[in-house]
Amino acid sequence: MASIDLDHIRHSYVAHPKSERDYALREVDYTFENGGAYALLGPSGCGKTTLLNIISGLLQASHGRLLFDGRDVTNLSTQERNIAQVFQFPVIYDTMTVYDNLAFPLRNRGVPAAEVDRKVRETLEMIGLSDWAKRRARGLTADQKQKISLGRGLVRSDVNAILFDEPLTVIDPHMKWVLRSQLKQLHRRFGYTMIYVTHDQTEALTFAENVVVMYDGQIVQIGTPDALFERPKHTFVGYFIGSPGMNVLPVEVDGVTARLGEHLIALPDAPKGVATELGIRPEYVKVGAEGIPVTVTKVEDIGRHKVVRATLAGQEIAAIVGEDESIPAEPRVHFDPAGINLYADSWRVETGA
Amino acid sequence: MDKPWNNRAWFMVLPVVVLVAFSAVIPLMTVVNYSVQDTFGNNQFFWAGTEWFEEMLHSERFWQAMGRNLAFSFIILAIEIPLGILIALNMPRSGWGVPVCLVLMALPLLIPWNVVGTIWQVFGRVDIGLLGYAMNRLGIDYNYVNDPFDAWVTVIVMDVWHWTSLVVLLCYAGLVSIPDAYYQAAKIDGASRWSIFRYIQLPKMNRVLLIAVLLRFMDSFMIYTEPFVVTGGGPGNSTTYLSIDLVKMAIGQFDLGPAAAMSIIYFLIVLLLSWVFYTVMTNYGAER
Repeated sequence: MASIDLDHIRHSYVAHPKSERDYALREVDYTFENGGAYALLGPSGCGKTTLLNIISGLLQASHGRLLFDGRDVTNLSTQERNIAQVFQFPVIYDTMTVYDNLAFPLRNRGVPAAEVDRKVRETLEMIGLSDWAKRRARGLTADQKQKISLGRGLVRSDVNAILFDEPLTVIDPHMKWVLRSQLKQLHRRFGYTMIYVTHDQTEALTFAENVVVMYDGQIVQIGTPDALFERPKHTFVGYFIGSPGMNVLPVEVDGVTARLGEHLIALPDAPKGVATELGIRPEYVKVGAEGIPVTVTKVEDIGRHKVVRATLAGQEIAAIVGEDESIPAEPRVHFDPAGINLYADSWRVETGA
Repeated sequence: MDKPWNNRAWFMVLPVVVLVAFSAVIPLMTVVNYSVQDTFGNNQFFWAGTEWFEEMLHSERFWQAMGRNLAFSFIILAIEIPLGILIALNMPRSGWGVPVCLVLMALPLLIPWNVVGTIWQVFGRVDIGLLGYAMNRLGIDYNYVNDPFDAWVTVIVMDVWHWTSLVVLLCYAGLVSIPDAYYQAAKIDGASRWSIFRYIQLPKMNRVLLIAVLLRFMDSFMIYTEPFVVTGGGPGNSTTYLSIDLVKMAIGQFDLGPAAAMSIIYFLIVLLLSWVFYTVMTNYGAER
């Protein structure tokens, strides 16, 4: 296992990038600590897979250096970097048995037969395919095949890191949960450095201690699931994490009050700079008889709670209310100051004296 | 459930039936007719029964031609298949090289058989041919007109030149259909070049290779035009393959009865081998 340093990594798929737009990865400068479980979260096309492939060496970054435990590996091949990677869609060696598929990465590295056997059996047990060991891999179902891919990623214990590129896309929901908790357990037991790419926020938040949110080729926030929820650094993080996403309203800030149209909203603290937007998660929008009057347009009952869609001074907002709570005839909303974040140009503005 | 039943639908297949009848079934029946009779011309026929078939099956000449043809098919398969795979593996996957390579590969396939034969016939001549002349100037005693071995080499090299492209194109089609993820996974798993070939590329080319073997076997088993143009089946009978022998017998010697019997035996062998290939291929398909 190793810590992974991304030293000002930039990547462009264009031969001669002219502007920032040509970069699939604008600039990433970050260290994945040894033994950490990280999730790379972001929408499709934000550069997650590019970053992963740069780490594993399948792709050579156009700029910047990559270090494993302080050793420069920028110019080393994938094999020399000793990385395990699991891909989004199952990759299996058709003509081999399930057992041989798992043994393949070990045998290629000249691991002694007894050790191969021990590791393969252990891994087969873990992915629940022990009974299938002697079967040809060809005839298996898609999720069994993906388990084999996953197993090949986990079978080597001496790797520098294990990278997962949306590995559970083809697996059905129940199995997804089982495999994810197994991965987590594995991480606790062996302390692998794991980087898990996903666009599914639940997956990211349950798997990782640290979630790296990417947007448009750059890292917008790195933090614990809690920090991402409470203090989104960028309005994108607010939108992307949480369901429904954070409400962002244009405001004029004056000291500890924000003005939204003709309404005044009390802020917990004054911003340290100019702020033009107010972000508040639907969880912190209280619907009741007090506060700013709104027009309710729709109420969605999604089981555990209800999502209220309303218009406030011409702006769409969402609020979450309890399953049993009723909405008054003349509804008003009140913003819980604890949940208020201020933004300027989409980036969060620090508050406090 | 009742299906609509309308006998007029048969009229739809009538053109095909007529076409196949005139192009295949009726000519075949005349061959069957010849094979069981003896004729001396003037439209006089005498019943011969299975006599010609027995004669053919005991004919040394027939079995020698068969042996030569099987050897020829085997040799060209043994060269063209590995060579085709090797070339396909080394062809570029992207960039301007792709169309260039594809066109170069397709060129020999576009040349008519008899022209290929003529090209090599001239190319190999010791007096004016570039190949034959150069070989002899280099001190290599090469003459396809006199030496059976040289004749074989010429015919085989010609076939390899003409048809390896087909194997290349089929293999290339199989190779480009392999998703990048397989190569990436192989890199991650530390697979050697050989392992990538053995466990990823070869299994993915399996089907096209089977088709390539089938096509090349059929074609080489029926080869006529090119060796006929280059060597005329000689020197002696050394490059007289089945179909050349057949034509010699039927048109050269006018032995219509034995020739007809021979073509039926020939036909049955081709049919049997096609069936074997077909069975192997469909079984392979079902296994997937």
